[in-house]
Amino acid sequence: MYPKQEVVAMLLAGGQGSRLGSLTKKLAKPAVEYGGKYRIIDFPLSNCVNSGIDAVGVLTQYQPLILNEYIGSGQPWDLDGTNVGVQILSPYQRSKGASWYSGTANSIYQNINYIERYNPDYVLVLSGDHIYKMDYSKMISFHKSKNADCTIAVIEVPINEAHRFGILNTYSDGEIYEFDEKPEFPKGNKASMGIYVFNWKKLKYYLKQDSLNSDSTNDFGKDVLPYMLSKGEKMFAYKFDGYWKDVGTIESLWEANMDLLNSENKFNLNDNLWRIYSRNPIMPPHYISNIASVKNSLISDGCNIYGEIDTSVIFTGVYIGKNSRIRNSVVMSGAIIEDDVDIEYAIIPENAIIKKGSKLGKLQKNQKLKITVADYTD
Amino acid sequence: MRGNNILGLIFANMSKNSIREIARSRTMGSIPFGGRYRLIDFPLSNMANSGINKVGVVVNGNYRSLLNHIGSGKPWDLSRRNDGLFILPPISGNAEDFDNKVKAIFAIREFINDSKEEYVLLCDCDTVCNINYADILKRHIENNADITIVYKNGTLPQKIIKPVVISEKNEDKISNIIINPEIDYECDYGLNMYLINKGILSNVIEECMSRNEVDFERDFIQKNIKRFNIYGYKFEGFSSMITSSDAYFESNMAMMKEDVRIELFDYSRPIYTKVRDDMPARYGSESNVKNSLISNGCIVEGEVYNSILFKGVHIKRGAKVSNCIIMQDTEIGEHCRLDYAMIDKNTIIRSGRSMMGFASYPIYIGKSSVV
Repeated sequence: MYPKQEVVAMLLAGGQGSRLGSLTKKLAKPAVEYGGKYRIIDFPLSNCVNSGIDAVGVLTQYQPLILNEYIGSGQPWDLDGTNVGVQILSPYQRSKGASWYSGTANSIYQNINYIERYNPDYVLVLSGDHIYKMDYSKMISFHKSKNADCTIAVIEVPINEAHRFGILNTYSDGEIYEFDEKPEFPKGNKASMGIYVFNWKKLKYYLKQDSLNSDSTNDFGKDVLPYMLSKGEKMFAYKFDGYWKDVGTIESLWEANMDLLNSENKFNLNDNLWRIYSRNPIMPPHYISNIASVKNSLISDGCNIYGEIDTSVIFTGVYIGKNSRIRNSVVMSGAIIEDDVDIEYAIIPENAIIKKGSKLGKLQKNQKLKITVADYTD
Repeated sequence: MRGNNILGLIFANMSKNSIREIARSRTMGSIPFGGRYRLIDFPLSNMANSGINKVGVVVNGNYRSLLNHIGSGKPWDLSRRNDGLFILPPISGNAEDFDNKVKAIFAIREFINDSKEEYVLLCDCDTVCNINYADILKRHIENNADITIVYKNGTLPQKIIKPVVISEKNEDKISNIIINPEIDYECDYGLNMYLINKGILSNVIEECMSRNEVDFERDFIQKNIKRFNIYGYKFEGFSSMITSSDAYFESNMAMMKEDVRIELFDYSRPIYTKVRDDMPARYGSESNVKNSLISNGCIVEGEVYNSILFKGVHIKRGAKVSNCIIMQDTEIGEHCRLDYAMIDKNTIIRSGRSMMGFASYPIYIGKSSVV
């Protein structure tokens, strides 16, 4: 017998993140590094723990090795309880065949057994590709107060960018009357954040319906949610107004890192009341040498800095050689930048080695922002 | 490697008198070191990396901060189904007895005798080094030794309390030691680490107690020098003994040398410690940092030279910090000037203050002060 959980969180972490190019060649998008020492998945996991959610299923499919190893027993997030905690849910074989997760909804459908053992009232569906701090318990209270069947978190985006998002059109009380996926002529600016709360009984019913529909792509956004709305279920939008960043592209991942260097930005990762937990590597403090210079940057443990760093995020265990200049860049963990290297507007992937004298990512005048990802595979 | 034949015993509070001010509010083992460590991290990690699977930590005095730091032993992989970490506080009689190594070992004799391991490694928390104890066991067995003393060659550290100096030896077979000599030439002195056959340890400790001869170095080692096979093991790597406040300051400053860091924090034998979820250190646009070690969680807006900042330190704009050790979560206000200072944790130095020590006498500001 498992103790009943009011809420079970299901974290969709199987995506490839193909728009992140070589950064996701060997790891799933939620395992991509961010912010000098974190991986993206630290944010939804820490949010769950800080919101009092103890049962978290993580659905993995694409390149799961690094992600599985990283999550491990869940101990860094305090998710290694006896009956609750984090559970990796990968596709599996049944007595009658086996199948990959064919879509976001299908991955939950295939793990109904995991959810059922906790007999929850609500299921919280999260995605593993956003950077934000959010108290899910407030969203669940909202869901209850509206007596809703499904609540979707939304963030207001500038109307001229609304065409890039899934827009939810609502009545004044927040009830959703229309989904407008990437609309050419948006009627509103409430963009879906990919965070859903469902009444579990309702969700289970619709997941089963969806699995019987051979025309469905088994996706929440495209299939299940519009179908629920068409059947007249009560669906609400929950407005979130903190920092939220989709890091699905190389440019947005770079921007999200640069946001941490902007003193105007209120997104604080050192908040004692809302810690972001992560698997901390065991390394001594970083060393700044006599000939180094560091301005407006984040630097993590274990680095050895002999060069010049300006407006950059340097991850754990990086080496920056003499006379090397790193500006407006992100250098991921374990990378070695040899001497006399010049890097600007670039992302250096984990464990990359940048040879002596290399030049990377110079921007031409008036050129649109373009971030170079160092071409390195180990 | 899961488990070898050594039982580890760490004395968390021996030799704390050498560094009284920093140890006032804590045990020797919980003294902060090197930006993110505590002294006990070194013996604990060395033991774990050497395959020692059962470690007893002998504590007394104010060991609350030590317990908070080591917890279940998880960071050192010593939170195990079988064996792992054992905290050994004084449970009866006089707590001060635990300041004496012979009396402490006698008091925990059941723990030692009930262990299946055949060898016991005794280790204090006053030596910062990265040492492989498995190698010492190998030599101990090859030598058919009863006791192996780990030593280092060099001049005695200043103000060292009761050093053991090997005065006569053939190869590594020791035939005489002297205790607490006044010598200023190079010698072989002990690092307060002993590998001892368990049976001998138990028997001789009981003998010592029955005669009330309770000086470990004199009554256990020196008096038995002819009776047992006592060997030395010369440690040639980097080591630094924390024998005084000056030595503490210098040992910390030695971390600025790249070769010392590479050796001490060897990635194949890491020094583990309790972690805190701090974000990476943040540097402001006016910061200027040279030759310093900076930990996660720091915010550096001012100038820092030849200094060590522990996690969560905040150096505000216009402040200038040189030759300092600033412990965790301390805040240095705007336009402060600090030179040769050791500032303990959770301290606030208000704006515009100036404090200058000297290389030979760094000043010390206690835990949770406001200046």
